[in-house]
Formats: sequence, C-alpha cells, structure tokens
Amino acid sequence: MNWLADPEKLLRELSEHEVAGRLHWFDFDRRRFLQILGGGVLVCVAAPAVPASGQESGKSRGAASELPKDLAAWLHVGADGRVTVFTGKVEIGQNIRTSLSQQVAEELRVPVASIEMVMGDTDRTPYDMGTFGSRTTPTMAPQLRGAAARARELLLDAAAERWKTDRSSLAAEDGKILDRAARRTISYGELTQGKELIRSIEAPALAEAKDWKIAGTSTAKVNGRDFVTGAHRYTSDLSRPGMLHGKVYRPSGFKAKLVSVDISAAEKVPGVRVVRDGDFVGVVAADAFSAEKAVSAIDGKWNVPPQPSDQELFDYLKKNGESGDHGRTQTAGSVGEARARADVKLSSRYTVAYIAHAPLEPRAAVAEWTGEKLTIWTGTQRPFAVKEELAVAFHIPAERVRVLVPDTGSAYGGKHTGDAAVEAARLAKSAGKPVKVVWTREEEFTWAYLRPAGVIEIESGARKDGTVVSWEFHNYNSGPAAIGTPYAIANQKIEFHPVDSPLRQGSYRGLAATANHFARESHMDEIAHALGMDPLELRLRNLKDERLKAVFQAAAEKFGWGKEKPAPGHGFGIAGGVEKGGYVAACAEVAIEGRTRQAAIHRVVQAFECGAVVNPNGLRNQVEGAIVQGIGGALFEAVGFESGRISNPHFSQYRVPRFQDTPQIETVLLDRKDLPSAGAGETPLVALAPAVGNAIFAATGTRLRSLPLAPSGVPAAPA
Amino acid sequence: MPVRTLIVNGSKRSVDAPADETLLSVLRNRLDLTGTKYGCGEGQCGACTVLVDGRATRSCRTAVSEVAGSKITTIEGLASNGRLHPVQQAFLDEEAFQCGYCTSGMIVATAALLATTKNLSEEEVVESLNGNICRCGTYPRILAAVRRAGAAMAKETRQ
Repeated sequence: MNWLADPEKLLRELSEHEVAGRLHWFDFDRRRFLQILGGGVLVCVAAPAVPASGQESGKSRGAASELPKDLAAWLHVGADGRVTVFTGKVEIGQNIRTSLSQQVAEELRVPVASIEMVMGDTDRTPYDMGTFGSRTTPTMAPQLRGAAARARELLLDAAAERWKTDRSSLAAEDGKILDRAARRTISYGELTQGKELIRSIEAPALAEAKDWKIAGTSTAKVNGRDFVTGAHRYTSDLSRPGMLHGKVYRPSGFKAKLVSVDISAAEKVPGVRVVRDGDFVGVVAADAFSAEKAVSAIDGKWNVPPQPSDQELFDYLKKNGESGDHGRTQTAGSVGEARARADVKLSSRYTVAYIAHAPLEPRAAVAEWTGEKLTIWTGTQRPFAVKEELAVAFHIPAERVRVLVPDTGSAYGGKHTGDAAVEAARLAKSAGKPVKVVWTREEEFTWAYLRPAGVIEIESGARKDGTVVSWEFHNYNSGPAAIGTPYAIANQKIEFHPVDSPLRQGSYRGLAATANHFARESHMDEIAHALGMDPLELRLRNLKDERLKAVFQAAAEKFGWGKEKPAPGHGFGIAGGVEKGGYVAACAEVAIEGRTRQAAIHRVVQAFECGAVVNPNGLRNQVEGAIVQGIGGALFEAVGFESGRISNPHFSQYRVPRFQDTPQIETVLLDRKDLPSAGAGETPLVALAPAVGNAIFAATGTRLRSLPLAPSGVPAAPA
Repeated sequence: MPVRTLIVNGSKRSVDAPADETLLSVLRNRLDLTGTKYGCGEGQCGACTVLVDGRATRSCRTAVSEVAGSKITTIEGLASNGRLHPVQQAFLDEEAFQCGYCTSGMIVATAALLATTKNLSEEEVVESLNGNICRCGTYPRILAAVRRAGAAMAKETRQ
C-alpha cells in the first residue's frame, strides 16, 4: 500500500497509533549546516504532501527552485567523499540502518561503507513522526533514493562542467565520475571540494529493482561488529560526566493515590538524595546499587481504587464497547438476508489477551540539563513526540529539548512514549546533575503499555460450494488494523468497537492485525470443516487477490499441503492474509504431547511477499523472528492482572518463546521486482497464531478460540 | 566500602563496592564494561552472562564478593589482538541478531559451552542455551552460529 497515494489509509493508520495530527516546522539553516559539515553537495528532500491532519513530515512541497521549509531527509556528500544521510527514523533491530544505506548506495553509486546514517536526533535530523507501521521502507526509502539520485546527477553536472565535456559521455560509479572516452576519473570528494552545491530535490528517475546491484542483495548489517563485541552503546550503557543513577518509587497499583510515605530509611543510604514532588517520589545516587537500595527502603501507603481483573476482562470489554457508526463500520450488501439463505451458518467468539512487548532492553533514558536546554538519550520509536512530551512536561519551548536515540534494544511498538525520559529529566532537574534511569524488568512489565486485549465475534454464512456469502465481524477493543476481510464476500458488516481499556494499552508489532487474522482465519477454517472442504481450497475459492493467492500457494507447495499426511497426534493448519502491503501465508505442523497435552509446533513454512526485496537476508531474519515472536502470543503469553496490579511481571511467570519452543522454520520469499517495496517488520507475525490454532483442531478436534491457545496444554477432545 | 580486586579480562581491577553488590552492577557501573547487559535481574534471560573461571555465570545473580580472585571474562575480553573469537565471528557471519541486546550473553554462553565440547547435538545446544532469551526470535540463526563456531573451533584444535 502506498500511504501517500491513499491518505485516508494513512490517517487511519496514524489514529491507531494514537498520534495526534500536529504540524511541525523544522527550522533549517543551510549555511549553518554546511559550516558544520564543510563544503560539499547537500540535497534536501521536501516532505511529501499529505492531508493537514495527518502530517508525516511537514506541510507542502516547495517549488523545485527553492529550498523547502519542511524537510523529510537530507543527504550530504563531503570533500572526503563521505556520505552522510540524515533521517528521523530510528534503528530498533529491524535493520533499516542497513537497508536504507543500501538504497542510498544504489542511487548514489557509492560503497555502502562510505555512508553514515545519522538517525533519530531531533537537533540534527528533520522532523519525523516516528518509526512504526512498517512505513520506513515504503515512505522514507523512496525519499532517500530520490535525494541520492539527485546528488549523483549534480555530481555528473559538476564533472561535465569541470572537464568541459558532454555530460552524456560520463558515468557515475563507485564514488567516482568516469569519462571512459578520455580515460579519466574524479572522485566525488574531489568534485565537491570547496564548493557548496545545495539543491532541493526534483525526483529524478530511480533505478528499477530489476537493475539493482546493491539494493536487493544480502548486505551485512552495517554496524554488526559492534554488537558481537559489546562495543555498541545502547541508552542504558551511556554515561555523562557527573551522572547520577535514578530510581522512581512506584505505586502499589494502577491509578493509586499516595496516602503517606516514609522516606527516612532511604535517606540514610549513603550518597542518596530523595526527590519528592506530590505523588512522585524518586531517588538519585552516585551509583546504581545505592539508588536501588534506597528506593526499596521507601515505605508508602497507597490507595488503589477497585478495578477489573483478568477473570472478568472479556465480559467487561463486550459490555463497554462503543457502538454506532463513527466511521468505524464497513458494510456491503445485506448480511442478514444473505445469511438466512446460506447452507451453513456459523457463529463464533474469539478472544485475545493483553500481552507485553517485553523488549530485552527495558525502557531507559539519560537526561542532562545544560542551563535551560534539556538533552535526552532514550530508546524510543518517536524521538520528536518524546521531545514534545518533555517540552510540555517541563513547560519549556520544544526547541530547548534535544532527543537522541541510540540504536535500541528492540521495541516492537512498545517504545512510542517517553516515560523514562520524563522521569530522568525530572530527577536530573532536581539533582542539578545528569541522571540515568533504567527500568527493571518488573517495572517494564508493569508500567509500560500492553498490546490491547480484545473480543471478536463473527457470524457467517456459506453455500455448499464453498462460497462465503455473509460475513459479520465485530472487534471490541483490540483494534481496527486488518479488520477488513481479503476474501471477496458480497455481504459484509465489519465494525470496530473501542473500549476504555482497563489497562494501559497501545501500539504493538502488527497492531490488531494479529487478533483480526486469528479470528478471521480460524473462522475460515471452521467454515471449511463445516462444509467438509479442504481449508486451502475454501480460501482460494473466495479469493480474488492474486498476490494473496500466490503466497497461499507458495506456502502450501513448500509444506506439502494436501500431499503429506500428519503423523498420529499431529495436525496441519494453514492461514494467511494481507496487511501494510505485505502478503503472508503460513502452514504449521503441531503435535500434542501425550501426557502433558502441551502443543508443540514442529514445523512452520511461511511465504511472504512485500514487493521488491531490498535485503533478502535481512528480510528472512525479520520473517523468522516474527514467527518465533508470534509463538508466544499464539500459545502462552498473557498478562495477568487483579485489583490494579500485574500478577506475572517476571520472565519466570510470563513465558516468552525460548530455544526449546522454536520449530523448524522454512521461509519462502516471493521477490516482486515489478512492485514497490513494502515494510516487513510486522505482517510476517499475523498468520502464525491462526495456522497453529487450525493445526491444533486438525490434531485433536478441539477448536480453541482464545489467544493464547494453550498456556497449560490443549484440553482433551470432547467425548 | 572495602576495595576489592577483581581479575577482569586479564587485568587486575580495584573496585570500591559493597559485598552484596552484583557483579553485573560492578562491571557496568564501576568498570564501564557495558557489553554485559541487564535484562531481568533474576537470572531468567541470560543477557548478563559472563565467564567466571571459564564457566557461564549470571552476573546479575552473583555478588561481587563471591568472585574476588576469580578470572572474569566479559564480551569485551573475548577477542584477542583485534581478532574476533570464533563464536563472535560465527554470530557475525550468520547475522544471528536483530537488535543485538541479547547477543553478548548468547556469545559468552556459547563460548563457555564450546570450550568443553565442540560437537554438540542440537538438543544439547537447545538445552544449554534455553535460559537465554532473544526476544527478536533469532534462535534458528543462533543455532546455526553455534554449529558454525563449533566447526571452526574443532578445526582450530586439530591444527
């Protein structure tokens, strides 16, 4: 999906990430910029025009002859030949530092190693709404490719002028301009020497994927060595001169009010200072160990109001869902009439639990006040939003806040906010020194936000020949991502019902696409079994989308669907779908272990297609990782809660996928060089859970309709 | 606070730390060896794994007083003279990471494992590394890296 070509879809997507439409201006002083970088070629990318309420990068594109006021990215070629690319996107393990470098290298015709990506630094990179929604590849990459192509053209111009030769006889290659006829070359660096070439971009023709030489290859992660040597500094590894370590005293439950607090024991820990500000209590100390000791010595009484528990969650969501048309209902035909005439009528309810992102690097921030200026290092997907959050929190103009994002220890949609940054800044302000705050695992499980829980109800009708004629789908709370069915069903009613969630919830890798695919693809399986049809055949019969058909067929063929027979106690399941421009289908083989009735996933074959593949090895890594991460939500991950407290805030209680849970994984990548590249960080996650649920049904005859499917084993089949 | 002497990556280091401070905290906050990571503080994720006298050890569950005089090796101490340890090289070659936060612990745990046995079955590797979490889900690649490193180390031993 091209977001810019479909502004409505972009707006919907943004609303799902709870991002308020806000207009940001990036104040760009090109002279100052070149003073810092030295002379050279500077190419600025105008922000694409999107509707006013859904600004991604700015307002409107400037005329080609003038510098745009809003920039999405810029690119500089220095006198030493170094290429510096500035983008507000951040690296969180999805490998865009590498894949964006490749695409710049492709157009600029330089080695990947000559490129430095400056990312997610609010003082040095242009405004960016954030790194989420699988949008870097479809939206940022084309802009950087355009900038690189423009820079290449400028350099060709400069060489032609210098040599007083016909430009068409010149070629750009490997960081140099070549004049083959005259057998001379000049490096980009020499060409830019002493010059200041500044241009905004008019999009030149970009290389077609079929002609790619650097993009489209499995380029190794550009800073990979730093991760195997421990040299890379994540936020939690940074220190500043004079820095103190901070801890926040946490309430005993959600929405709690502080009744009383005794800080005397904490104050007795040597070198510790206690900071109080209303209900906020924190400590700072020169060393982390003393800070931890002190915060655990604080003794407070909290008043925690009554709140729903996990036992009553799904009834609560159903009861409190908003209904009525708020633009959240999609209808076609008449579901009631079509269902009345259907040969088979089904009605099912599915649920999904709250789950935690549990990034291995917990939330962390380092805050430093220098006079009136606040500098923050933190792992966030939205540095510019965190900058705003800090400006509002401390009543200072946004331009006095700088947020820098070191490559981060993963996020999965969980690091959209600046919670740790605000805490660190609050403590640093009070202490008068830089402060680092690193959340504990328990804090991470308790005070971060969760993937929304949800209830999904489906009523369907199908004819004996397998045509699904009626489809009514209601999602309570989990979200509208991928709520629409990809199957060509004449009569549909699809509605999302928002709920005031009992727990803090937000973005998550794949958003609600996981829940909606789980419900939809489980239900398609139920229809197939009710009709006595092969589940793959039923899907193909109702599909018109050729790209989706192609991934189903590719996965099925590699898996041996319809050819292989499962061993006793084993079952095969299939599921698929489309979201964010990515097409996915998975086949799973699940075995039920005799005595424990644990569901073990033996084998997963997944086909994925996201247009032209930028980095096959990086993509494979994302697809495999998404499958493994998906196993947790599919089989056993669930956040428990009672009376405003999380009941399993530790890895010993909240089970995440480990080596022992990892099946044999085979991925089939369909490389469509004729189609634009889409993002791939999320959609490979969504087919796994329904494929596994369908395989459990095939193995046992038991239909499981709740995620996680089998946290304590699969119930015995009904007699 | 008493001054303790630790042998870290072959060097004697003096630290001023209370007896019950964790080795992880001492390495990260007092010796600026930040390659060793905090993931849970409860010995459940393996991000903090270091070698203590060659044995894979959870530094978040080890008091500094327990390791005085022991030889401690962290991820920073695995490479020698700029040459990566075979396990580091294998992780790099297999690109067995995404965000990289678990990588130090995975590599150190693997180095300890392969130091004693090079030819482990996949089941043995899974059992040995099951306490290390990769939330990005790169387990299949890590298993491939362990195989590759094992082969490389077996070859080195033979030569």
